[in-house]
Amino acid sequence: MLDTSKTWDLLVVGGGNAALCAALMAREAGCSVILLEGAPKHFRGGNSRHTRNLRCMHEEPQDILTGAYPEEEYWQDLLKVTGGLTSEKLARIVLHHTSSCRPWMMKHGVRFQPPLGGTLHLSRTNAFFLGGGKALVNAYYDSAERLGVEVHYEAQVTDIEIEGDSFKSATFTLGGETHQVRAKAVVIACGGFQANLEWLEEAWGPAAKNFLVRGTPYNRGDILKLLLAKGAKQISDPLQGHCVAIDARSPKYDGGIITRVDAVSLGIVVNKNAERFYDEGEDFWPKRYAIWGRLVAGQPDQIGYSIVDAKVMGKFMPPVYPPIRASSLRELAAKLELNPDALEKTVREFNAAVRTGTFDHTIQDDCVTEGITPAKTHWAQKIDTAPYFGYPLRPGITFTYLGVTVDDKSRMILQDDKPCKNIFAAGEIMAGNVLGKGYLAGIGMSIGTTFGRIAGEEAAKHVRG
Amino acid sequence: MYAADEKPMPLDALIEDAQRVLRVCNACRYCEGFCAMFPAMARRLEFTENDIHYLGNLCHNCGSCLYACQFSPPHEFQVNVPRLMARVRGETYRRYAWPGFLGKLYDNNGVAVSLISAFSIALLFWIAGALGNPDRFFAAHSVEQGSFYALMPHNLMAGMFGAVFAFAMVALFMGFIRFWPYMGEELADFVKKPLAEGLHDAFTLKNLGGGGEGCTYPTEQKSFARRIFHHFTFYGFLLCLAATSVATVYHYVLDYPAPYPYISLPKLLGTLGGIGLLIGPAGLLWIKAKRDPDLAYRSQDGMDAGLLVLLFMISLTGLGLMIWRETGAMGTWLAVHLGFVLALFLTMPYGKFVHGMYRLMALVRYHLERRRPVPGIAPE
Repeated sequence: MLDTSKTWDLLVVGGGNAALCAALMAREAGCSVILLEGAPKHFRGGNSRHTRNLRCMHEEPQDILTGAYPEEEYWQDLLKVTGGLTSEKLARIVLHHTSSCRPWMMKHGVRFQPPLGGTLHLSRTNAFFLGGGKALVNAYYDSAERLGVEVHYEAQVTDIEIEGDSFKSATFTLGGETHQVRAKAVVIACGGFQANLEWLEEAWGPAAKNFLVRGTPYNRGDILKLLLAKGAKQISDPLQGHCVAIDARSPKYDGGIITRVDAVSLGIVVNKNAERFYDEGEDFWPKRYAIWGRLVAGQPDQIGYSIVDAKVMGKFMPPVYPPIRASSLRELAAKLELNPDALEKTVREFNAAVRTGTFDHTIQDDCVTEGITPAKTHWAQKIDTAPYFGYPLRPGITFTYLGVTVDDKSRMILQDDKPCKNIFAAGEIMAGNVLGKGYLAGIGMSIGTTFGRIAGEEAAKHVRG
Repeated sequence: MYAADEKPMPLDALIEDAQRVLRVCNACRYCEGFCAMFPAMARRLEFTENDIHYLGNLCHNCGSCLYACQFSPPHEFQVNVPRLMARVRGETYRRYAWPGFLGKLYDNNGVAVSLISAFSIALLFWIAGALGNPDRFFAAHSVEQGSFYALMPHNLMAGMFGAVFAFAMVALFMGFIRFWPYMGEELADFVKKPLAEGLHDAFTLKNLGGGGEGCTYPTEQKSFARRIFHHFTFYGFLLCLAATSVATVYHYVLDYPAPYPYISLPKLLGTLGGIGLLIGPAGLLWIKAKRDPDLAYRSQDGMDAGLLVLLFMISLTGLGLMIWRETGAMGTWLAVHLGFVLALFLTMPYGKFVHGMYRLMALVRYHLERRRPVPGIAPE
């Protein structure tokens, strides 16, 4: 049972990938470690449950990774998606770390597999976990328990006592009782605030009511709010996050990766007025899905409809919900509750603008529109072959980037720009340091693994000298 | 209504739920490295009833995908592939039973039925022997005197068991000849290279290994226990079959009738196989008792245990018969042993035994199909 008189070497707040990496590293260095996971055991692991790979730098082919993904290319990719909103120093630490951390992961039971069907384009850059992120989380918990990390589930941290630049103790509830835990250091790795609807509404306004939360329902950002109130230096802003267009029929929380709709780039997308609003064929869907959450969020009532015809069915990853199907556009409009005249007009104008090219959905083909705004710059084909299919879309938030600033030792930085002595932050709660906006597939786990491990190592150094 | 729970459900509801779950899996695909079922699923965009029976028989119930699943109960998507596929396999067995009306035997072919049929047959043999000629039945017969053939002539024994076994083989073959085309394949394609690959997978239980790390069975801790105990059972069974075949050749071809000395090919094969059939079924029953209840559809436990108990008892009584074959108890050992063997042959086409055939067919089809092109889809 819980021993509250003890002073632990390390308290880890949170129970996802970064938290587990920190706990394992510190335990391996000989620290006594207690880990408090807010979620019930079945839903442990935060958003790591939903992940599937790690973006890895490598100079030559490695077991399941093909070719090379050199540091400079990785860095340029990151620079591009973030538009410069990144810390080069911290980012390069992540890049380097990913080239050498996998043997350690495997030592703790994580297994890798070749890329999944439909993801061959990631075979060079991303190492996939056998069984996905939940299998990784399970392996880490097994290892942590074997090594003697004390783990508590449904343990909600409600307060953190900080004196000056030092952590003293934390208060948490467990089984209806309130406890206090003292430790010589703390690693905060309990995620962002994407499941806090009030906070989302504060940031996004009333539009947030129509957002779906793709990630875990347990990331409510309470500790993040607490740390910012107690003097932590903020990073990024509450509007930034991983926000994608997902099927509107998905659950309010925790729908995960399967809620995506990959039909967008092969058809058109209209808003509730049955009007197009953005170039659906700007780039391959994997490179564009992360902007479509914001695009749909900007439309009236935050809803969009991806519309395709029979020609492209079977040419994209099958979404989890079956499409809404109709034998005519008017019927489809009625089923989607759109104005049939308006939809017919939009499709007529779109079809008239399509220029003949050679359709090929596996490359950036030459099928384009002319004389229409917005243009469609690839994969533009007439929508003219019944049956017609529609997928309703909503913005889906996976995780938020607002967080606390850290230094290269993963120490939390205070508002006076000085690092804390014994407070470390890792994972989503500090991901904004590297990822100010945009997203690169697999980089969330790269940041979490890197700074989780650094935090655990540095905490152990602080405690044990 | 979801197949993830234990409630009975009509066939069309089960198929509909399987289609729903496979859509979830197909949009995720994280489990692709665990076994052949997921790559086979990923070749498809929609799932017909045929596909579901095929995929159901590819699943080996290793459990890895359940523990790795983000959407397993209590998540509202209620994804529990091992249990779902166990239910689907039950439907396959019923549907392809021959003659068809005997398909409902699967519903109650449990331990009780196995034991009752075995002991009833044993009792019949015993009564026939003990009442027909008690002096001979309870006398000790030396090996030189022909031991059990002194009680039951070889031709009678071979004829009776041969006929029942032949019927079981015909019934199984009828299942094969109907299920293979149902999966959409030509009969001629069965006997090609994929057959060798399917046999390899079946003989090594490649897919009962959680992608190489062991199955999450009987608990979440990875383990090869089930594969190992299954090997003991399966190879034990094959060795016993080999012992019988060698003895048949000795008898008819070499004119060298049983009983054979302990150091002889039939006895060595049979003893080794018998030991396998003690360790294997006992081990499988033991881990089944410890198994996470979420992993399987418990209504089918009786069917599984029925076969395991029969195999274990056949071996136990067979070894007993061998040890006490020169004593006055031999007649009773013989009656009980023959009772269990005949009960196995009789229940063979209507019990768990058939899983081997359907799974082999699914594996062969997997290797056939894997050579065919997959329709290209846009990068996800």
